[in-house]
Amino acid sequence: MEKRVTFSKWTIGILFAVPQLVLIFTFFYWPAGQAVYWSLTLQQPWGGGNIWVGLDNFRSILSNADYWNSISASLVFAAISTGLAMFIALVLAALTDRQLAGSRLYRVVLIWPYGIAAPALAMAFRFILAPEAGFMAVVNRVWPGFWDPGLDGADAMASIIVAFSWKYVGYNFIFFLAAFQAIPRSLIEAAAMDGSGVIRRFWDIQFPLITPTIFFLLVINITESFQDSFGIVDIMTAGGPANATNLMVYKIYSDGFKGLDYSGAAAQSIILMLLIIVLTIFQFRFIERRVHYR
Amino acid sequence: MVERTPFLNFFTHLILFVGFVFCVAPFVVVAIAASHNLRDVNDVPMSLLPGNDFWVNIKTAWTTADLGPKLLNSFIMAAGVAAGKVIISALTAFSIVYFRYPGRTFIFWLIFVTLMLPLEVRIVPTYAVVADVLSPYQAILDVTGLSWLIEKVSGVHVSLSLGLLNSYTGLIMPLIATATGTFLYRQFFLTVPDELTEAARMDGAGALRFFIDILLPLSRNNMAALGTIMFLWAWNQYLWPLLITTDQSHATAVTELKQLIPNVGGIPEWHIAMAGTLIVMLPPLVVVVAMQRWFVRGLIATEK
Repeated sequence: MEKRVTFSKWTIGILFAVPQLVLIFTFFYWPAGQAVYWSLTLQQPWGGGNIWVGLDNFRSILSNADYWNSISASLVFAAISTGLAMFIALVLAALTDRQLAGSRLYRVVLIWPYGIAAPALAMAFRFILAPEAGFMAVVNRVWPGFWDPGLDGADAMASIIVAFSWKYVGYNFIFFLAAFQAIPRSLIEAAAMDGSGVIRRFWDIQFPLITPTIFFLLVINITESFQDSFGIVDIMTAGGPANATNLMVYKIYSDGFKGLDYSGAAAQSIILMLLIIVLTIFQFRFIERRVHYR
Repeated sequence: MVERTPFLNFFTHLILFVGFVFCVAPFVVVAIAASHNLRDVNDVPMSLLPGNDFWVNIKTAWTTADLGPKLLNSFIMAAGVAAGKVIISALTAFSIVYFRYPGRTFIFWLIFVTLMLPLEVRIVPTYAVVADVLSPYQAILDVTGLSWLIEKVSGVHVSLSLGLLNSYTGLIMPLIATATGTFLYRQFFLTVPDELTEAARMDGAGALRFFIDILLPLSRNNMAALGTIMFLWAWNQYLWPLLITTDQSHATAVTELKQLIPNVGGIPEWHIAMAGTLIVMLPPLVVVVAMQRWFVRGLIATEK
């Protein structure tokens, strides 16, 4: 879409864009380029510049079992937390959209979790799910040794999934509810006149009409599970036990800033960037489709 | 709807109520745990009746994690990011929508691409840039031979360097350098009728006057929405402040939370930890509740 009426002094026009361009050059394009450069070179231990090593950094991380472990942990985390957060939010939004008594309250309260910082909610869940205090302790009393995120990798993974999903149920709820409310009431009323029930209307009218939102949220949830998980992992498990929750962004952070392996961290960043770019391109294809629906 | 579905209505209420409980429970548990003393908070099962030590715990958490200055830092960072975004995105969108100049589409795409890669992904090199924010420009001068030329001509050795670690500028700038707000404004500007621009021009208004006197007042709703979500987003940032504030004086409240995790084997001071958590989660929650309309609207509009 283009404006028909514009201003003719385009030198002024470019000036308006300059602040943004300087910012994204300095803090986006340069670092992104730097990451590519670092990933292809190796810093010499006592200074003296970087030496070119080609794809060696990639080869060495790709042959590293820890890295593959980190990828699979990230994928497990992404798949389960996205599934949970989206399914729960979809059900809650669909039911809230029925507009029975009290739906106003739900509309307000159910979005609160998304406002909370990941580390803060991680702290809350660390307490709630702590094996010796809080609520899982009650379960542990009945079945001793049933739950210990500090020792059992699966328990630790479950904890971070619960914390992340809790936050993103709120997020997905906002989008699902907006999508449901955008469906013309007349469509649903017409179906009701024809004698279709609530569940029938959901599957035949509402669900098909919100599929674009589902695809959109699917991609957003997966990419967010790569990024927003950092605070949760850092507070709840610190990547442990035995690397069971060492997700990709956390590994980049610990390799780069604790292990001071910039080249390795840069190579990992590049792989993660590619992954997210692929997902984003995927998403834009579905956004095209969304336009098609309406 | 008109039909009677008592059975389904019952389940609707039931499921929504369960969802409500799960949604609110963590807040309630945190608040109750923050009111217990050391013995009660570690009781299994913990009593759900509030204890008497709420204010004592809040005070302890406040002083242990030094939350006063940290909350101020968080506020400065969040407000800075929100204001920066609201202003810079408006300028850029105005430039892209209301002018025709060579390379405009290129600039559009240049900005668009930044949506794809979040800060977390390019964290290591961004850190290096902030450690010396002029290093990109120094490198450009070096590579193009300009610094050599300047040294030959004027005898001055060019070495640009400006570290932004442990500064508000370093905290805020990289968080502004994305495209989120630009597209929100762009969508809105495209809906502003052309007749308005024509009328303004006929009355002799230039680009700047039109922007300040007509376009900006019209975009007040967008500004509120964008400001709200950017404030929340910046307040909740964790990895970035954690990295660049090596000095305590610029740490934010969210990063300070880590100080309160009870050590394994140490005294399980969960009541203090939960009091701190409560303090840190409260400001964004207040913003969400007070600005709900703008929050929802901004979220939906920017992500589209």
